[in-house]
Amino acid sequence: MSNIVLETKKLTKYFNDPLRMQVLKEIDLQVDHGEFVSIVGKSGCGKSTLLYLLSTMDTDYEGQIYLDEELITGKTDKELAQMRNESIGFVFQFHYLLNEFNVLRNVMLPGLKLGKLSEEEIEQNAIEHLRTLDMHEHALKMPNQLSGGQKQRVAIARALINKPLIIMGDEPTGNLDKKNSDIVFDIFNQLTKEHNQTLLIVTHDPDFANRTHRIITMEDGKILS
Amino acid sequence: MNFKLVFSIAVHLMRSRLKQTVIAGVGVTFGIAMFITLVSFMYGMNDLLDGLIINRTPHVRLYNEIKPSENQPVNLAEKHKHDVNFIHSIKPKDRGKSIYNAKSIIQSLKQDQRVFDVAPKITTPVFFNSGTIEISGVANGIDVLIEEKLFSLNDYMVEGKIEDLRQNNSIVIGKGLSDKMLLKTGDIIKITTPRGNLASMKIVGIIQIGIADIDDITSYTSLTMAQKLLGAPKNYITDIQVKIHDIDLAPALAKEYKNKYNVDTIDFQTTNSQFETGTTIRSIISYAVGIVLLIVAGFGIYNILNMMIFEKMDSIAILKATGFSGNDVKWIFMILSMVIGICGGVLGLVFGFIFSNIIDVIPFNTAALPTVKTFPVNYNPLFYIIGITFALITTFIAGLFPALKASKVDPVEIIRGK
Repeated sequence: MSNIVLETKKLTKYFNDPLRMQVLKEIDLQVDHGEFVSIVGKSGCGKSTLLYLLSTMDTDYEGQIYLDEELITGKTDKELAQMRNESIGFVFQFHYLLNEFNVLRNVMLPGLKLGKLSEEEIEQNAIEHLRTLDMHEHALKMPNQLSGGQKQRVAIARALINKPLIIMGDEPTGNLDKKNSDIVFDIFNQLTKEHNQTLLIVTHDPDFANRTHRIITMEDGKILS
Repeated sequence: MNFKLVFSIAVHLMRSRLKQTVIAGVGVTFGIAMFITLVSFMYGMNDLLDGLIINRTPHVRLYNEIKPSENQPVNLAEKHKHDVNFIHSIKPKDRGKSIYNAKSIIQSLKQDQRVFDVAPKITTPVFFNSGTIEISGVANGIDVLIEEKLFSLNDYMVEGKIEDLRQNNSIVIGKGLSDKMLLKTGDIIKITTPRGNLASMKIVGIIQIGIADIDDITSYTSLTMAQKLLGAPKNYITDIQVKIHDIDLAPALAKEYKNKYNVDTIDFQTTNSQFETGTTIRSIISYAVGIVLLIVAGFGIYNILNMMIFEKMDSIAILKATGFSGNDVKWIFMILSMVIGICGGVLGLVFGFIFSNIIDVIPFNTAALPTVKTFPVNYNPLFYIIGITFALITTFIAGLFPALKASKVDPVEIIRGK
């Protein structure tokens, strides 16, 4: 079995509005299992765009993306949703928790959607994840009762609930102060070390990037290194 | 699709916007309640007004019409049979009003499976004498018990009972007649027949059908009394009134009886075509108003769901990002809409029933209808079925478009747009 979790072949993306503009230029990229990769680059270099293509949410591109050796280009909306649910965990800049649900329920939702475990087992796992992130005391609070750093930790717990192949982050520390950024980084670091979790994080924080295993620098829609 | 999960998300979304959800539901409730009330009341009214005529009219009437002979002698003559004959100044032939062989026709009609019951009747013009004045009117000789069974005359009796007619020499007169002649129950009335026979009869009751033209001239007596009055034999009957089980068959049966018994017949539909029209138009109006109310409620739901989707863009994006497909999101909002529709609709049925009950006890006294004391209401379960079905259809359509919109939300746009 190969070790490659995520691979792209000649990935090209255009924006059509207002002018046709090439944002990504034939990107070839490989992420191995257990790697902690960060993508850095200036604003507008296409790093977030790349991430959203990899996340399967944006399907308007040319080239191919392979997730766990499986071609995901051209799959239907439903199949992609299923893959996102099962294989990809997300952490966004603006935590994006569902305000209608409490913390525990937020963490459980992707698991319930997957439906492979019973509700009790999912709840058990969710509490376990919250505990490792030191958030179990807040399990029954509503998201609006939490600080930004706490919300981000809940979002990470949610990303972990289905034991995804890869966790993707779009500036997960962009909205946090130094202390909370460090906490989030430590969590990520611990995940790769202890659980061999693959991580792909877009960031513009050089401190954060420098501490990851591999840095992919992007400029003008191309990978520099 | 995990229905339980989708349902629970829908319920949570609803709870976070409880006020709007309730308002949307109230819109449906109001629409359905008004629809039920309106239709029940309209149909009650229809039944009442139709009853005025329908209950009083046989479905098929057999009688002898005064008309010229269809086969004039010249057409029968061997010599001129094949010529084209022009005859001027034909006069109608008096075949007598009596139906020939009435008793056996009645017997035969009663055997017919389609027939509910048959009532013989004698109609004759008479004069009611009050002092020196003569008032022209009509005397109906009826078989009291069958007539009551078919036309529920007791519902229209202001004083006395129709069964009292079984006493000898008794008569029931119309309310208009009794007012004009200052007669009341127990008084004696003098009657002259067209042939000059004079009779005194005791008034045992007063009837008010609600149509002044009829109440001013009509009177009822028993079949035998009418025969005596006219000096006619026991088999003298001028009308045979037939009520059938399925009123729609009336025209066909009328035609059949006409050929079978060689008498003139007329069916209910021909006599009362204008009432059919009135009924239909009233129903159309009530359905139209009810449906408009529901459509307005539908727009309310559409608006509120649209607003909700606008507010919940972030939530939709995150649901999609964590693995909910467009279809799941669509169902979340469809369920939301359907829950509003079902709750609002069922409550609407309950309120509709309550409002109908309230209308049912509001006093409604009219001179035309002595036995009706409150507004009429028709509690046909069909209205409730139509109401809830329409509520579900409206909310389904009202929810479908916002739900489709929500299912097409591009999570990337929302997440990047921040």
